[in-house]
Amino acid sequence: LAKKNKEEKMGNLVEEYFEAHSSSKVLTSDRTLQKLRKRRLDQQTLHDLLKKAPLAYAAEIRDLNKQHESLFSKWMLQLHLGFNIVLYGLGSKRDLLEKFRTSLLQNSVHLVVNGYFPSITVRSILNSITEEVLDYIGTFRSPRDQLEFIIKRFKEDSSLELYVLIHNLDSQMLRGERSQQILAQLSSLPSIYLIASIDHINAPLMWDQAKLSLYNWLWYETTTFSPYVEETSYENSLLVQQSGSLALSSLMHVLHSLTLNARGIFRLLAQHQLEKKDNPSYPGLSFQDFYQQCREAFLVNSDLTLRAQLTEFRDHKLIRTKRGADGVEYLLIPVDDSTLTHFLEKENEDV
Amino acid sequence: SHEHYLNKQLLDNLLSFLSRSHSEFQEKTTEWTCKMKFREIPTAALVLGVNVTDHDLTFRGLSDVLQDSITPYIALLEAKDCPGIKNLMQKLMGQLMNCDIDVDTLEDEDCVQVSQNRIRCSMSSLISWYESVTKKTDSETPSKKRSSSSRHWKSPPVVVIFKDMESFTTKVLQDFIVISSQHILELPLVLIFGIATSPMIIHRLLPHSVSSLLCIELFQSISCKEHLSTIIDKLLLTSRFPFKLGEKVLQVLINIFLYHDFSVQNFIKGFQLCIVEHFYSQPLSVLCCQLVDVKKRVISLSHEQCENIRRLPSFRRYVEKQEAGKQIALLTNDTFLKEDTESLLKDLHVYHENYVSILRCLHVFTSSLPKYPLGKQIRELHCACLENRVWETEEYESSLQLARMLNKTDLVTMLQQCVEILTSSSGKQFDKTVEKLKEFLTQFQNLEAEASQERDVSVLSQKELQKKTDLYHLQKTLLELKESRRSKKLTKFEVLRFEVVDYMDSLVRKYLVPADDRTLHEIVYFNAANVLRGHLNAAPRTALHTALNNPHWYLKNQALKCDGGSISNKAPDICIVYKLHLECGRLINLVDWLEAFSTVVTAAEEPNAVAASSDQMDDIIQYPFSFLSTVSELELLGFIKPSKQKTDHVARLTWGGC
Repeated sequence: LAKKNKEEKMGNLVEEYFEAHSSSKVLTSDRTLQKLRKRRLDQQTLHDLLKKAPLAYAAEIRDLNKQHESLFSKWMLQLHLGFNIVLYGLGSKRDLLEKFRTSLLQNSVHLVVNGYFPSITVRSILNSITEEVLDYIGTFRSPRDQLEFIIKRFKEDSSLELYVLIHNLDSQMLRGERSQQILAQLSSLPSIYLIASIDHINAPLMWDQAKLSLYNWLWYETTTFSPYVEETSYENSLLVQQSGSLALSSLMHVLHSLTLNARGIFRLLAQHQLEKKDNPSYPGLSFQDFYQQCREAFLVNSDLTLRAQLTEFRDHKLIRTKRGADGVEYLLIPVDDSTLTHFLEKENEDV
Repeated sequence: SHEHYLNKQLLDNLLSFLSRSHSEFQEKTTEWTCKMKFREIPTAALVLGVNVTDHDLTFRGLSDVLQDSITPYIALLEAKDCPGIKNLMQKLMGQLMNCDIDVDTLEDEDCVQVSQNRIRCSMSSLISWYESVTKKTDSETPSKKRSSSSRHWKSPPVVVIFKDMESFTTKVLQDFIVISSQHILELPLVLIFGIATSPMIIHRLLPHSVSSLLCIELFQSISCKEHLSTIIDKLLLTSRFPFKLGEKVLQVLINIFLYHDFSVQNFIKGFQLCIVEHFYSQPLSVLCCQLVDVKKRVISLSHEQCENIRRLPSFRRYVEKQEAGKQIALLTNDTFLKEDTESLLKDLHVYHENYVSILRCLHVFTSSLPKYPLGKQIRELHCACLENRVWETEEYESSLQLARMLNKTDLVTMLQQCVEILTSSSGKQFDKTVEKLKEFLTQFQNLEAEASQERDVSVLSQKELQKKTDLYHLQKTLLELKESRRSKKLTKFEVLRFEVVDYMDSLVRKYLVPADDRTLHEIVYFNAANVLRGHLNAAPRTALHTALNNPHWYLKNQALKCDGGSISNKAPDICIVYKLHLECGRLINLVDWLEAFSTVVTAAEEPNAVAASSDQMDDIIQYPFSFLSTVSELELLGFIKPSKQKTDHVARLTWGGC
């Protein structure tokens, strides 16, 4: 009976998949965040707010962590027997690994890799091994050569031992095939002990049979329920910052360091863009029109000064130029309308 | 580090198996490598099976054998090192020159200097290496070959092994083959392709013009299932190693092997893990040792350890069966307990020896029965015997019935095999059994004459049947025949056959008792299958699903307890956000999501915070932002991703209720 139930459940799952992907039509309301929220918060305020919020179920979470911490000595034993350890489960495992590090690895050589850091690369991991662990100053042609050098050194010198802790092995930067291959080969060295954490639901898809056997994982479920504070702090959150566009604060920041005339030029462009915001085919303001308007407002006195000013804007990614079908240059501010409105409101307050 | 030692001992044993099992086809390759052809590149295609993790060992064995008997020039190329022909040549040269140094060091020193210089040169400056690469491929290799081989015996071939044929890019392989076929006269090259899938892949990867330059011969490695059988045979079905696997654990390991990866290496890893776990978690595992050490170790037990023994469930069962006086002595007197423990452990050892021998005998019988009711492989029989009393199962009953219908020649050969197994076993208990079996054999020989008579009768009846009759008559004769058979007394052969089968049955009942019934089995048997499965074959998604759907499973708080599929509104934010997202389709509107979340959370707050109206302002700000962080956590976990399809929408990456 149980089997039959399971089969039915499977059938439902399949149907649910096709149901979810059957039509390209999207049945959601058209409400947007713009209408809902009156004030926007920047990253810093958000963090402060989050820090102030009390953590729910703190006692239970502490109990959970205690359970995991009791495994530390077992992990050490297993690491030394040639296994590597991978932690999975809900909640940030950063504090747990940090605790492991401070309680057991104080006196041994260890390397902590923050995988969630957006500019981490395998190269930087390899560099820190060659430069700081092996004291080798020199460059390598490719990460592969560097890896070979490390493998050779570790094989020659049996006294070398290295613990590598990787937070979020499945992060954007490390999940590539080549990075994983290199890390797997590194972890297969008997005197390198790897302990890593993964969070993404599809993280195991990174590894094929060959890599899995190099990694020689022992899986440990460490559900902690702790919030992913560090891990998500670098992520362009959907609600705080629209991806790819300038945030209000950075816009303000740049403009405050400009001359009054330059700010005026920018405001002119912004106003013009906002007036045309309901026209979806608005190509931007052509340079000639813009020059004319700036002249009339006594903001520039020559073609050349405006061009110089626009170059500066472009360098700060405040404007974008686009050539239209007629060969005329059009100017656009690559910022969404609501930010622009907020900006103009702020500017008006200042003035 | 006892366990480490044990570990290594087992591992070495296993490694030697793997290489030995391949030696047959390795020898064939070796012989065959000697046969040089001049026009085409001789190529060996090794079909190795999908268990890529085990191939390393095979190749290592292969190159050792080749190095010993044929040629010092062996290069092992992997696809990940050779994205282009340049890398391939560089890797190849490097490996061949290193080989060169290894062999030549004893003879003269300056050769070493030259090759090392050359290597360093190619490593040091990228530019000079780029310039010399054409020279390297086209002229340098042959000249090097000639100069060094002149000092060697009868120009050994250069063997290039492509470890993972499937992963190489077509271009690289083609180029290499075309280039080297040009120089085959000066450079006797032999290629070995390691193929995981099927030989078809050669023709799929290489066009006809290129594959015609190869003279391919196919070699098949033994299947991984045979590997597994050998390993189980030598590792588990032996009394040499004191450590044993329980039925559930063995089942987990075999299932991972058969249903997931076919990898012997992973099976060994699992076995290692069992050893580590057993010796780490079971305090009495010190007693899991060879028979000679048992006495010493039992004597040195502390009081605490004695208490541990008393706590073992199997030991309690044993105590309950003893008489009152002995019970008290066992439970209070440590020295008495130690003496008893020692003899119990010896009994356990004897049990193993007998178990293995009788298991093999039983396997001889069951493995030839039609449809294999107890399994074809000895591992299946082993599992069945470990699981519960095998003679109580239906499968055993039906196999006995089938065994009662065996013909004479089969029965005789089986009995002979059993005699062989029992005489070679280390236990001394089987003298009587062997005698009995031999007696059976002589009786069978005496039956010869009668048996032939029997055959005449049956032939006669057969002939009657073959006469042409109508349907009615045929039916009648058949019925008569059946009647006569039923009433006929059993022949002597049949009587004897029954005796043999009954005797085997009695042996099974005596010796194949499941291990769980034995006293002190906990010391040598590892039974924590769930631990093993968790560490080897984890399901991260299930863990996430449980944590998000049912936080009470982890956070033991009454407030979180909920029945059915619903979730408490006091659950951690992320659980609520997750639960709400499950109700959505492919795209999720952030605003609606946020509002639904606020409704749930404020509903949870209201009953206990009526007076918090002054904080209302704070709450309004706070809720959206704890929502924000949970949304980005869900993004990190891979449940959703930002979508460009519609403003302020996210796309769901999973479907259904999970």
